Amino acid sequence: MAVLHRDLGDLQAAEDAAQEAAEIALQRWLDDGIPDRPGAWITTVARRRAVDRIRRERTGRDKSDLLARLEATKASRDRPDEIYTATAIGDEQLRLFFGCCHPALSVEAQVALTLRSLGGLTTAEIGRAMLTTETAVAQRIVRAKRKIAGATIPFRIPDDHELLDRIRVVHHVLYLIFNEGAYASSGQHVHRLDLAAEAIRLARVLSTLMADDAETQGLLALFLLVDSRRDARQHVDGSIVLLDAQDRTAWNHAAISEATTTIERALRLGRPGPYQIEASINAVHAEAPSSEATDWPEIVALYRALHAHRRTAVVELNWAVAVAMAAGPEAGLARLNQPRLAEALDQYHYFHSARAELHRKVDGSEHRDKAQRAYRRALDLVSNEAERAWLAQRLESLGDNA
Amino acid sequence: MKYACLIYSNENDGEINPDPTDPAFGEIMSGYMAFGAAVEAAGAFVAGEPLQPTSTATSVQVRNGETLTTDGPFAETKEHLGGFYILECADLDEAISWAAQIPHAATGTVEVRPVPDFG
Repeated sequence: MAVLHRDLGDLQAAEDAAQEAAEIALQRWLDDGIPDRPGAWITTVARRRAVDRIRRERTGRDKSDLLARLEATKASRDRPDEIYTATAIGDEQLRLFFGCCHPALSVEAQVALTLRSLGGLTTAEIGRAMLTTETAVAQRIVRAKRKIAGATIPFRIPDDHELLDRIRVVHHVLYLIFNEGAYASSGQHVHRLDLAAEAIRLARVLSTLMADDAETQGLLALFLLVDSRRDARQHVDGSIVLLDAQDRTAWNHAAISEATTTIERALRLGRPGPYQIEASINAVHAEAPSSEATDWPEIVALYRALHAHRRTAVVELNWAVAVAMAAGPEAGLARLNQPRLAEALDQYHYFHSARAELHRKVDGSEHRDKAQRAYRRALDLVSNEAERAWLAQRLESLGDNA
Repeated sequence: MKYACLIYSNENDGEINPDPTDPAFGEIMSGYMAFGAAVEAAGAFVAGEPLQPTSTATSVQVRNGETLTTDGPFAETKEHLGGFYILECADLDEAISWAAQIPHAATGTVEVRPVPDFG
């Protein structure tokens, strides 16, 4: 706006033009994604609006003077292109984040809008990424925009009193995108790279825009750490490698380093939360030079802390596995065999594969039988091909140790 | 633009919708008086009324020129329409902010729906 003011010599006109340009930006970027040089884009639009307005509203000498000025400055080559301040662009991006992730929209709509407007993915790319058709994505976006227009859903940065609630919705959308990208629920390969990278990019942008929000930093760190193991998570033939067998030299140590800095930044803000804790758990793994050297008691303590924020069966499952690693398989099995937990997780293949792996570590035919049954149950439930192959191989190798 | 705030709650729950002789009734009424004053002061109030319970409802349909009148609400539901407000708000966020202050939002559900402007 400063440049517009200088060029127009009229504060009101500059403000009006900037305001109009910002509104147009929001609408267009919602439809088409953010352009490569948003500053130049906005300035060009603002300038055009200013010219239109002057032509419409001014008369006589005033008008011709202003238009002449604008023509002259347009021709000048000594201005930088990115003249719309970084803060203003950041605000526009934040408005897009909070608007696309408005709780009045369905979660599927939030994800599709975020990928389209902030991620710049085409509807076809979104369809492939979310394992649905381009048409379904397009319809979802159209319906969402109808609701945005029909109910006047504002694209604004929420007020302080609602900010925490609203940022959590954004976190959830990014988490869904990352999860879809990092752990595909079906298909031959364990992960879909593009979405994970996109989630990281968006989380990084958000972490800059919300530098004071600890959980936003935690979310970025978590993504970086999980993604850092990407190259070690699969063999060349596509089969799965579990954490304790992964080649740690294949981990992305630059990402781990960025994550560690990010977690430290988060913790300094002094507002702990579940994403920070999840990130910390992953960081403990990342710091261990080998699986045997992992600080499992620390991980157990972190899961206890996580459970205070997220009382879910899955957290209890992972907590039990950590307990098993720290205190022996029977300690872990005692937790997993609790009826309430077993019932809650009965349809979850990881629960059964975890039980199988723990039974396998305890001597005796009774445990071997239970391991066998658990692998079979897991195989009934698994949908990812790579994981199915791994489970089948684990079941078979159990049979060999008679 | 205008938004309808449709107030749904379980009529049959004596804690959520106490009898007028119950002191709790007075507390809820005070809540609505305060809400009404707040929306009026803010210039957001367009209309609003409580409704008598669904036991007093009559459903009317006209089919093939014949008027069919039935005792009761149009559908049996767990939560029942107990009242409404029409509010003038700048956007959905403002409407949501008001809806959250309606007393029965805490024990029931307030549905917020935009009123089309054909003007």
